[in-house]
Amino acid sequence: MEKDNREVLLEVKNLEVTFNNSRRNKGFRAVKNANFQIYKGETFGLVGESGSGKTTIGRSIMRLNPISNGEIWFEGKRIDGKISKEDRRDVIRNIQMIFQDPAASLNERATIDYCVSEGLYNFHLYENEEDRERKVDEALESVGLLPEHKSRYPHEFSGGQRQRIGIARAMIMEPKFIIADEPISALDVSIRAQVLNLMNKFKEERGLTYMFIAHDLSVVRYFADRIAVIHNGRIVEVAPTDVLFKYPLHPYTLSLLQAVPMPDPQIEKAKELVVYDESKRDFSGEKPTLQPIRPDHLVFANDREMKEYEEKLSLMEKDIV
Amino acid sequence: MVNDPILSVKNLEVKFKVRDRVLTAIRNISLDFEEHKVVAIVGESGSGKSVFTKTFTGMLDINGEVTQGKIWFEGRNLMDIKDDKGWEEIRGKKIATVFQDPMTSLNPVRTIGYQISEVIMKHQGKSKEEAKKEALELMTKVGIKDPERRYDEYPFQYSGGMRQRIVIAIALACHPKILICDEPTTALDVTIQAQIIRLIKDLAEEYQFTTIYITHDLGVVANVADYVAVMYAGQIIEFGTVDEIFYDSRHPYTWGLLSSLPQLGLKGEELFAIRGTPPSLFEEVKGDAFAPRSNYSMKIDFIKEPPIFDITDTHWAKTWLLDPRAPKVEPPLVIRTLHQRMLDMTKKGGVYGER
Repeated sequence: MEKDNREVLLEVKNLEVTFNNSRRNKGFRAVKNANFQIYKGETFGLVGESGSGKTTIGRSIMRLNPISNGEIWFEGKRIDGKISKEDRRDVIRNIQMIFQDPAASLNERATIDYCVSEGLYNFHLYENEEDRERKVDEALESVGLLPEHKSRYPHEFSGGQRQRIGIARAMIMEPKFIIADEPISALDVSIRAQVLNLMNKFKEERGLTYMFIAHDLSVVRYFADRIAVIHNGRIVEVAPTDVLFKYPLHPYTLSLLQAVPMPDPQIEKAKELVVYDESKRDFSGEKPTLQPIRPDHLVFANDREMKEYEEKLSLMEKDIV
Repeated sequence: MVNDPILSVKNLEVKFKVRDRVLTAIRNISLDFEEHKVVAIVGESGSGKSVFTKTFTGMLDINGEVTQGKIWFEGRNLMDIKDDKGWEEIRGKKIATVFQDPMTSLNPVRTIGYQISEVIMKHQGKSKEEAKKEALELMTKVGIKDPERRYDEYPFQYSGGMRQRIVIAIALACHPKILICDEPTTALDVTIQAQIIRLIKDLAEEYQFTTIYITHDLGVVANVADYVAVMYAGQIIEFGTVDEIFYDSRHPYTWGLLSSLPQLGLKGEELFAIRGTPPSLFEEVKGDAFAPRSNYSMKIDFIKEPPIFDITDTHWAKTWLLDPRAPKVEPPLVIRTLHQRMLDMTKKGGVYGER
């Protein structure tokens, strides 16, 4: 699967996360055998509904959730489980997270100055006080805030501004990889575009790699290069964005696509509603796995389903459907 | 303008007292609601859309007050109601509301069945057995499978979508004339959202109620609405049929809202973003409230509030751009080509993909 011309930044192999696991209790498997790679410089979208395990995957990459099986590799180094102190510092510095709720993720008793420079303090990433201030000013300016905002507290800002502070405190660490967990779903419609544009700007300027976690396919369509669809802890389809939108194969992907509300009354009112009902699917045959149907298009299926998908896909590629 | 309004709002003004300061949340709104139609109210948070509809059921917070205006419903002015007892005739019975978060609307320590039948017993004076029978019927109507078993369960045993169905069932228990849906699907997953929207539509047909939909999601609006009211800073700045708002909008704020939608964005193209933030309603708004954020503002926008300009019998907007003396302005390209863009982006059935 590895492409020679693209450098893999992060690789997740057979990842499994179980909550409440003990000898007596079998626990709840939140993530089941997840496999994917994220290439350097791309935006990787992870889409699924609440409870599908998408946030759990993000948190286990950040080492916030212990994993029960599998491996996570970052820049050729294994970063899960027990690792050396230096490696752990590297991970914390190079992988930053942007959270959904900017109000809850900023310390409300600290000034913006402190919120943004906390990472610098922790890692002593500044030569002297002047240097630190310069870095904070630059970070604030890059997200469209002013240096005089530094002495204020988080509650004095609007939701969109708070999210930009959240982005500034991630960016000041000069990370290589950013996990953005629903960064715009708590924001107002008119503010969302601002934050998306800002994230795009950083991607272009600094060659950042993103993992964008969302429940809304319409946002991911605009923002991501490749998309993985996750359902009940299992990745059911992975494909480049335009391929996924053109040739969706897994029934769950189809139902997600169907559910995106379109801002066009004529199209939206004529749309039919398809409800994904897992219990109505035919699960006969062998156990399905996530396997490639085209070199960069993977789908969760067994051999029988693969045949069906292959037929459907070749028909679609001929533009008959 | 609208034939046969079921509810008619005239010159409504609402003020809140917040820490010795006065905030004007609703600034002179007049609007008629046509019977059996769906009106969607869109706007960002703080624009006053929830406050506006809360005045219909007397549910303003204690520090809020209707300082001016009338709301006509069934031949009487609702603003004449002075106490909670009077509101009980209207609230829940004639005008019911479905809120965003179903967990906070339901009582966590009472069974689902109790919460539905309680309403039926109270408002319709039925016996416990009759109420249970009707409650079970309602549960079936809102799509709860195996209602007999689920009747005695508690809210925590229900998923978010199922809870919202129960809240809808409770709202329908009194056969209201008007159902206000205040962001009913914002807390739900997209797949569930589609189902709830469909459910409300089907029930509106069956129970013959008028729907008022509050949402910030223009995709949902396109699906549900007959008419759309766009709110900004405590005013309705544009009103029209759903087609008029989506294909022929006139107010720069409506243009901004539509063109910032990621659904319309093409990869690699920068999304349009509305600059700045809404004005503070603690201070008096001078001129057009949207002018400081607009790319189309003129001198007069900062001096004088624009009046309502009629575009068709059903479509009006409050912007000086419609004044005959104003220079002719073309809406942004995204707006002019919205339908074509969406057609190009979707295939048969209205789903993304190549045609």
